[in-house]
Amino acid sequence: MRDEAGPQPSMGLRGHSAFQPSAVAEKALIISHEAVNGEYRHMRLACNAVAAGAAPGQFFQLLCPAPPGEAPFLRRPMSVYGADPATGTVEFLYKVTGAGTRGLAMLGVGDQLDILGPLGQGFTLDPAWRHIVAVGRGAGLATLAPLARAARAQGIGVTAILSARRPELVVSEAQFRAQGAEVLAVTESDGTSSPAYVERQLRALTAAGRCDAFFTCGSARLLRLQQDLAREFGLPGQVALEQQMACGLGICFCCVRDFQVEGRTLHKRVCWDGPVFDLLEAVA
Amino acid sequence: MTDMTVRIGGLTLASPVMPASGTFAEGLARVMDLDRLGALVTKTITRELRDGNPLPRVAEVPGGMLNAIGIPSKGVPCFLRDSLPFYQRWRPPLVVSISAPTAEGFAALAAEISVPGVTAIEANISCPNIEEDGKAFAMQAGSAAAVMRRLRAATSLPLWAKLTPNTGDMAAVALACEDEGADALVVANTILAMSIDLQTFKPRLGNIMGGLSGPAVKPIVLRQVYQCARAVRIPVIGCGGISTALDAAEYMLAGATAVQVGTATFLQPEAMTQVIDGLAQFCAARGIGHVAELTGALKREDTHEADLAWAAPAP
Repeated sequence: MRDEAGPQPSMGLRGHSAFQPSAVAEKALIISHEAVNGEYRHMRLACNAVAAGAAPGQFFQLLCPAPPGEAPFLRRPMSVYGADPATGTVEFLYKVTGAGTRGLAMLGVGDQLDILGPLGQGFTLDPAWRHIVAVGRGAGLATLAPLARAARAQGIGVTAILSARRPELVVSEAQFRAQGAEVLAVTESDGTSSPAYVERQLRALTAAGRCDAFFTCGSARLLRLQQDLAREFGLPGQVALEQQMACGLGICFCCVRDFQVEGRTLHKRVCWDGPVFDLLEAVA
Repeated sequence: MTDMTVRIGGLTLASPVMPASGTFAEGLARVMDLDRLGALVTKTITRELRDGNPLPRVAEVPGGMLNAIGIPSKGVPCFLRDSLPFYQRWRPPLVVSISAPTAEGFAALAAEISVPGVTAIEANISCPNIEEDGKAFAMQAGSAAAVMRRLRAATSLPLWAKLTPNTGDMAAVALACEDEGADALVVANTILAMSIDLQTFKPRLGNIMGGLSGPAVKPIVLRQVYQCARAVRIPVIGCGGISTALDAAEYMLAGATAVQVGTATFLQPEAMTQVIDGLAQFCAARGIGHVAELTGALKREDTHEADLAWAAPAP
């Protein structure tokens, strides 16, 4: 468990006036919301400064409206696709898969969505790195997208290997290209998405000195592949993981997963200790 | 301005609103000002190290959720080293929820955590008692009395008994706890329930059964608070499906001196402060100067108990 300091309690005469939250629940205004392909939708919201300061890999808890005949009760975790303090916006990219995302899909520009965040521990970048590799699949590509900008801001080059079933489902490609990243899209329909093919690419990047760290999200097979390579070459890495959540604040312990830490298997909370974890501690 | 103070046994709380055990931990301090609460109530701690139940540990149902988390616990030394100093940074009194599989285990744990910084103990006697074939202590007056007697002898701190709603005679359990020295009752824990996934034919909880909480339980637990508050003289703290100030006011009218907010915090992390502000407004709008005046202020025609016979099954 992390030794979490939390905010200082208020000591002023007016009691709670000094409290500064680090995550806020807010009814944010939807300023754009559109389908990007047959499966994914992109939502952009105007939000408070705390939310707009979300780091890559962090997430929000969304209070989704109820679609007809369904009643999602809990909030739904959603990783940050983009956040910009300059414009006061936060973005999500999601695939409609259940009651929560069906509810989200009903919302239009000008509607409000109750968002709580930013939450959890995001990706961290070591300024000593010169080039990193981001390998993702499916919805995991949305989680990796904000890394491109953060890496560029620190002068770190990025190669992104983006995996999906079909070329039109490769999301986040534009985000990576816009930040000068090298992009390789691999798909089932092209026959390029097998772990063996990805492994050849990763070995070539490692041999060329273009992989100081692995970043991954969205595929257990690709996670295992990168864990093997990280061990073989002594490289660090980070993985963003998913789990069913209730509170999102580390309270309820419903989102625990197994991790291997110093030879022991232990539980960590995805919402609080993660969702970004050390690549080698994750149990794929 | 409404006087929001309430008295629970020997304690005066600045507000009648506090978290329900299990729905409050360090992370909430990131989102809301803990200094506004009437008390801080920890997740249940145990002496044994516990991993918790198999996943999934929660499931949504209409108007609420099921949980079977399984009380993961890192034990007492971890609590004393990490959690206790953390909570001492806030002003509200700290109430520590404890559980054990035996009456003796309860007593030993109560003694161990009766240290400076802990203001009161909430005994989660809704958990299974291994000496009674796994039945919760608070399912029967006899086992509730036995565990409360041991607890009372083990600590001089105020003792709150958290009752289970899964019993046929809550008033008798409430009386037994009062007789054995409980300073307050928390009514109630979650309602034992289950749910099945019709795609897979599997239970929707890894533990098969779990506790129902959220708005769905409110009318049931409200009735239990009413029954308990009529049976005992010690304060009753209402806990079950409260998400708004109006819910809290209803509980107080039924006899609760204070309330705990649980599942609502998962949906709105500021639910508790909203309940506090809303209760103050509720009182102010009605010319009620002190929130404590709501407690037991239910107006009812004098009903002969026999008139309730229609609610019982036909013989």
